[in-house]
Amino acid sequence: MSAFDDARMAPRIGLSEEQAQLLDIAESFCRDKSPVDKVRALIEEEGGFDSAVWQEIAELGWLGIGVPENYGGIGLGMAELVPLVEHMGRSLMNTPFVPTVLAAQAVLRGGSEAQKEEVLPQIAAGAAASLALCEDHADWNLQNLSVTASLQDGQLTLRGKKYLVLHAAAAQFVLASVALDGQAALLLISADALVGRMSREKIIDDTQRAYALDLDGLSLPETALMPIDLAGDALAHIEQAGSLLLAADMCGGAYACIDYTLDYLKTRKQFDRLIGSYQALKHSIVDGHQAYEKARSHLYSAAHIFGEQGEGDMAVHMAKAEAGEAYSFAADRAIQFHGGFGFTYDCDAQLYRRRAIMGCALYGDTRYHRRKIAALMFS
Amino acid sequence: MADSDIQYDEQDLVAFKDAAVAWFGENTPRDVDFMLPLTFMEVGTDQQFNFLREWQNKVYEAGYLGAHWPKEYGGGGLHPAFQDAATRAMAQARSPIMLNAIGLNWTGPLLLDRGSEEEKQKYIKGILSAETIWCQGFSEPENGSDLGNAQTRAVKDGDDYVINGSKIWTTQGNYADYMILLARTNPDAENKYKGLSFFLAPMKGADVKGGSIETVPIKKLTGEYGFTQTFFTDARISADCLMGAEGEGWLIAMQTLEYERGARAGQAGGHVMMMSDPSDIIRLAREAKLNGKPAIDDPAVQEELVALMTEARSLGLNSRRDKIRPLAQDRPLSLALGSKLASTDFYQRLNAFAITLQGTRAAYYVGDQSAHDNGLWQRGYLNSFSATIGGGTSQIQRNIIGEHVLGLPKS
Repeated sequence: MSAFDDARMAPRIGLSEEQAQLLDIAESFCRDKSPVDKVRALIEEEGGFDSAVWQEIAELGWLGIGVPENYGGIGLGMAELVPLVEHMGRSLMNTPFVPTVLAAQAVLRGGSEAQKEEVLPQIAAGAAASLALCEDHADWNLQNLSVTASLQDGQLTLRGKKYLVLHAAAAQFVLASVALDGQAALLLISADALVGRMSREKIIDDTQRAYALDLDGLSLPETALMPIDLAGDALAHIEQAGSLLLAADMCGGAYACIDYTLDYLKTRKQFDRLIGSYQALKHSIVDGHQAYEKARSHLYSAAHIFGEQGEGDMAVHMAKAEAGEAYSFAADRAIQFHGGFGFTYDCDAQLYRRRAIMGCALYGDTRYHRRKIAALMFS
Repeated sequence: MADSDIQYDEQDLVAFKDAAVAWFGENTPRDVDFMLPLTFMEVGTDQQFNFLREWQNKVYEAGYLGAHWPKEYGGGGLHPAFQDAATRAMAQARSPIMLNAIGLNWTGPLLLDRGSEEEKQKYIKGILSAETIWCQGFSEPENGSDLGNAQTRAVKDGDDYVINGSKIWTTQGNYADYMILLARTNPDAENKYKGLSFFLAPMKGADVKGGSIETVPIKKLTGEYGFTQTFFTDARISADCLMGAEGEGWLIAMQTLEYERGARAGQAGGHVMMMSDPSDIIRLAREAKLNGKPAIDDPAVQEELVALMTEARSLGLNSRRDKIRPLAQDRPLSLALGSKLASTDFYQRLNAFAITLQGTRAAYYVGDQSAHDNGLWQRGYLNSFSATIGGGTSQIQRNIIGEHVLGLPKS
């Protein structure tokens, strides 16, 4: 215990054995399956991910990690997903993994027994799924819903459009949030109902895929409606779970882009000196590294106490806020420190920077999460 | 002293912790009618010094200091978790600080790790009981960040060394009985580092066999005292005072700095800095008025407060995560070497921000009736530079992290 430790503060952090094992496995898996030339090759493909890798992820059982055993899963929790997504972030790996496991969480929290039995075993076995939450108003508040559904004679009729539905083209199920009689509701929509309603969006992160869903006039059977009394809780859970996993992706990305920049600082010479010896660059990247370390501590604390009311919620907000800030800073400096090369598409710095912006754009940026913390802390 | 050497019963720890909480609750002096130092670097009057010396002795006698140091030298022989619990209890009770910080946190662990049996027997108990006060003689007026260039000379003369030169920023120099002293024994060594040696040097009494050691108090930016400049003029000390061998001074000094920066464990425990509780700033933000309204109503204030509270939490999390191996192995030294920079910069930012919450009251200082919290934050801010400068400046820390953690070339 040093003189600078504050002995009174005992915030909680821990790592389960399963998390530790997954950390190891994910590190080598992601490194092997997603080298940067592969990442760049996938950018050129319409689907944007390697279905063989997706198949392997399913075979490893990762899609069932957050799914209870009685629905065909492994019965672990959100905490065990964090090391996986962290390493996917480090290697800029892109698959429908995050939207799929989040959709599973939505069904688990918000679905009827029949819906759980229908969907969860399929996801655990490798079916991709996604969430249609974002709307034209660009609000992060998942309860702000202008897409509506109306129920008449056992038929749901939808009005409006959803945006930023990740990997919708690969998804066999899409969970959409709508307002039904002024109340938030979740709908379970199968892929065949969405044929012809999907258009790919041009997003800042070339490694990912997002689609707009035109739901206007779509008619669904009432069985698509998830129990309305669970919807509020399910949306709150999705926001927390989504924030946690994006924090993991961004922490991983921050680490990798610092590493990438360090390689350059250790090899590039100007004025006969390695540029990493200049303090203007060295001190700045140290600040980026320190911010990353803080963000990672918050991440694993949030994973450790995920789901606890109060402290658990606050830990997730902190994790997302800090990861967004750390990744944004590190990737911004990565471009700058690569000089002229940094301005080219060939330099990987832009991949990280774009992914950081995307990560902040989904489930709330740093300021949004700090407002949430303020509400918890000062009210 | 590795954590795993001693087994303990969880129930014993709980009982110890409860007893410590109760003891500090009962014994923490509450009606002190003069200003107590917030850190060991601010002991400026005899009244403060005597009070704190007695207090440390009392804490030690009660078993809450050095609880995990070996019994044979005066410690409690318990697992380090016990001392951690005691330290937490005294911080929670906002008890006065432990006076003999350099003995407890730097000299003590250094002696226990690499001192001779005789040195341990001679010094450890006095460090804990505050009978013998220690100071540190590293920095010199011309050599601060460039410590390796220290020029104070120690010349072997028979069974003695004769010291000449000057040290600066000697915390409690005017009270100390001993100094851990870095001095140059060989000006012609193959490099500047190899010419340095490390001494456990007496500051007063018959052990100073000749010449003089003078300490001149330095008035700090806060207007208070606590440091001296220390002048050695043909000061003659026994050759036994040399720690290790001649030429090992730099190595031992670097180990000492690891204790100082919290990058190495083994300290006697006890809090030596009264950290303002980060959440105190929330209380301040509720009380202080900005534009006629509580400062906390301002969304910009709220956002910065949240950022600060998030940062505060990360400091505790980082040190805990450092003990979880799979989460601390990507860059093994990172969390330990980064903690000094992170925490000292944080406290500076916290205090600076606190001043901005006070409107026109920001203008007042300690002692004025109009000052918020009697100028606590203003004084805290000015004092915070002792931590961002001392023990290696924040800029030097960034070099260290850049070079030793991130592997960048030397600047």
